[in-house]
Amino acid sequence: MRILKLQKKDLFPFLKVISREAELWAPVVKRGGPPAETLRDPHWASLAKREKFSFERIQDFSRISMDAVRTIIPPKKIMVPSLFNMFDFTEQGYKEDLSHVTDRILFGIHPCDIHGLLILDKLFTQAYLDPYYLEPRKKTLILGLSCLPDPYCFCKSTHTDIIEEGYDLFFTDLESYFLVWIGSSRGDDLIRLAPDFFDDKLTEKDIQTYIKWQENRDSAFKTTINFTRMPDLMELNYKAPFWEEVGAACLACGSCTMVCPDCNCYNVVDKLFLGNKPGKRLRHWDSCTLPEYSQVAGGENFREHKSQRLKLWYTHKLQAYVSKYGKPSCVGCGRCLVTCPVQINVKSVADALEGHPVDAFWKKFAQEVSK
Amino acid sequence: MNEQHRCLAEANPFTPHPARIVRSYHLTKDVKFFQVRFVDMEEALRFNYKPGQFAMISILGTGEAPFCISSTPSRPGLLEFCIRKVGTVTNALFEMKENSFIGLRGPYGNGFPVEEMRGKDILIIEGGMGVAPLRSVLLYSLDNRDQFGRVAVLYGSKRPSEMIFSEEYFALKDRSDLECHLAVDADDTGKWTENIGVVTTLFRHLRKVDPENTYALVCGPPVMYKFVIKELIKLNIPKDQILMTLERRMKCGVGKCGHCAIDYIYTCLDGPVFNYWDVLHMRELI
Repeated sequence: MRILKLQKKDLFPFLKVISREAELWAPVVKRGGPPAETLRDPHWASLAKREKFSFERIQDFSRISMDAVRTIIPPKKIMVPSLFNMFDFTEQGYKEDLSHVTDRILFGIHPCDIHGLLILDKLFTQAYLDPYYLEPRKKTLILGLSCLPDPYCFCKSTHTDIIEEGYDLFFTDLESYFLVWIGSSRGDDLIRLAPDFFDDKLTEKDIQTYIKWQENRDSAFKTTINFTRMPDLMELNYKAPFWEEVGAACLACGSCTMVCPDCNCYNVVDKLFLGNKPGKRLRHWDSCTLPEYSQVAGGENFREHKSQRLKLWYTHKLQAYVSKYGKPSCVGCGRCLVTCPVQINVKSVADALEGHPVDAFWKKFAQEVSK
Repeated sequence: MNEQHRCLAEANPFTPHPARIVRSYHLTKDVKFFQVRFVDMEEALRFNYKPGQFAMISILGTGEAPFCISSTPSRPGLLEFCIRKVGTVTNALFEMKENSFIGLRGPYGNGFPVEEMRGKDILIIEGGMGVAPLRSVLLYSLDNRDQFGRVAVLYGSKRPSEMIFSEEYFALKDRSDLECHLAVDADDTGKWTENIGVVTTLFRHLRKVDPENTYALVCGPPVMYKFVIKELIKLNIPKDQILMTLERRMKCGVGKCGHCAIDYIYTCLDGPVFNYWDVLHMRELI
């Protein structure tokens, strides 16, 4: 592993150089959403006050946000867009369409999201290779960036707060400069495009600064979850009454699955167009919380109730992946914590599974209803 | 970095391959039989599948859906499907004339463990559309008759007019190398000569089984499983030799779209054939 130093002032000039090679994508501030003062609920008012971020194509470098804790939608949207065409079809047959694939450099992706991609890699390569994911994935260079947790981050609990693989370059932000970890041969190629920006002489002071940064970050986590217990607790709580409570409060909006870095479910629809144009077989994100998710032709629905569908989601996140790959399909990014309107999220469900008091809207809702 | 190379040597697993409907006719009012062949003859012969596997059929402009293969790999070249008109894809399929173009990809799923079943007795219990996947393994065992022990079939339909492949099954009754018992829930014709009652009533006609040496294959409407499994457990057939094939919503067939997920498995990769222990173990299978 080679580690170099990059002065802060040289970051954007370096990004400018490498962005000649491929589209540069990075987090930018996203405007919109309800104004905080219109929200009566203190939880939602405090969330509305926070800045929101989104991975976007960068042409104006001043837009890059260096302190984006988490983007609304994870970087999976770059590998598998929320809607794209798989095939053009005519009476002659189906013709593959990979036009959504271009060379990209993704800057500012945090360790949790890199782990998210490593988990998606497993899924999209198991048994069959999915070219619609793998082509963009292989053409996207990953330039990671260190971060400091906010109260909703729990990546330390999922062991995804550090990253050892899955990036081409990784930038650790040490106030006035970055330590830049070169993780791949392609990452090394990027450095070679502008070698003068980098310095390979690391001093004892740099090491001490890094250790301090790490200690500071490690002590900043506010949310913790004991994931090793979760598979057993999921099994033991299979018939627990709180599943009905979350089911009753769930809006079946699908937001939790849209914002999850490791939700991969999709649907496929064929569309025809007026005129002599080929039809399109479109693939779009789907959600296991939507009513028709497990419905088969003829009307039989294997998961008619919201509680059944939520249980599937949590089985997948907290239990199934652990038994299959030894770790949860959750990277502790905190997106479900800041997104679900009724606070059904990994933290509140883990609390319920543990039998701890749950401070979440869905619990209050259940108590209100039972009165 | 700008190299425009394709990083995967493998073909796109989602590409439907050109095929044509060779022959189709009604088996019952709402069930049709389709014989299908890949346009490319080499591909038709290369399509190597196991009984119990399924394929994805695409109808231009309508969509794609999974269907179990009803033919046997022991008769290569043509693929056969037994399809009930229930959704958008099947509705479109029913309108299609012979020689129409369709897209086909597969085979997918685990299929029946025919290697393991070799030398063993086979007991098939099927109801309604359950014949669609089980016909494949039945024809396979008949084409390789000397590789299997006893073969017995218990088949129940609602009414005589709803019996699928009735000619084929009545012909089986004349064979001396297998047992075939047929039933209808109710006879509205007055001409039914076989048993009347649900499929489980056929167990009393079954000659004594050697449980350790028997594989029981079950497929039918969801309500059927509970009662049939009870009978099979009474016969002392081991739980991992009671096999069933299941239906789920599927959009890919290759373990990506997520719809057929149950617990930690995907029906399309790890199924659709499961044994009774799997069912007890993973609570949401049936």
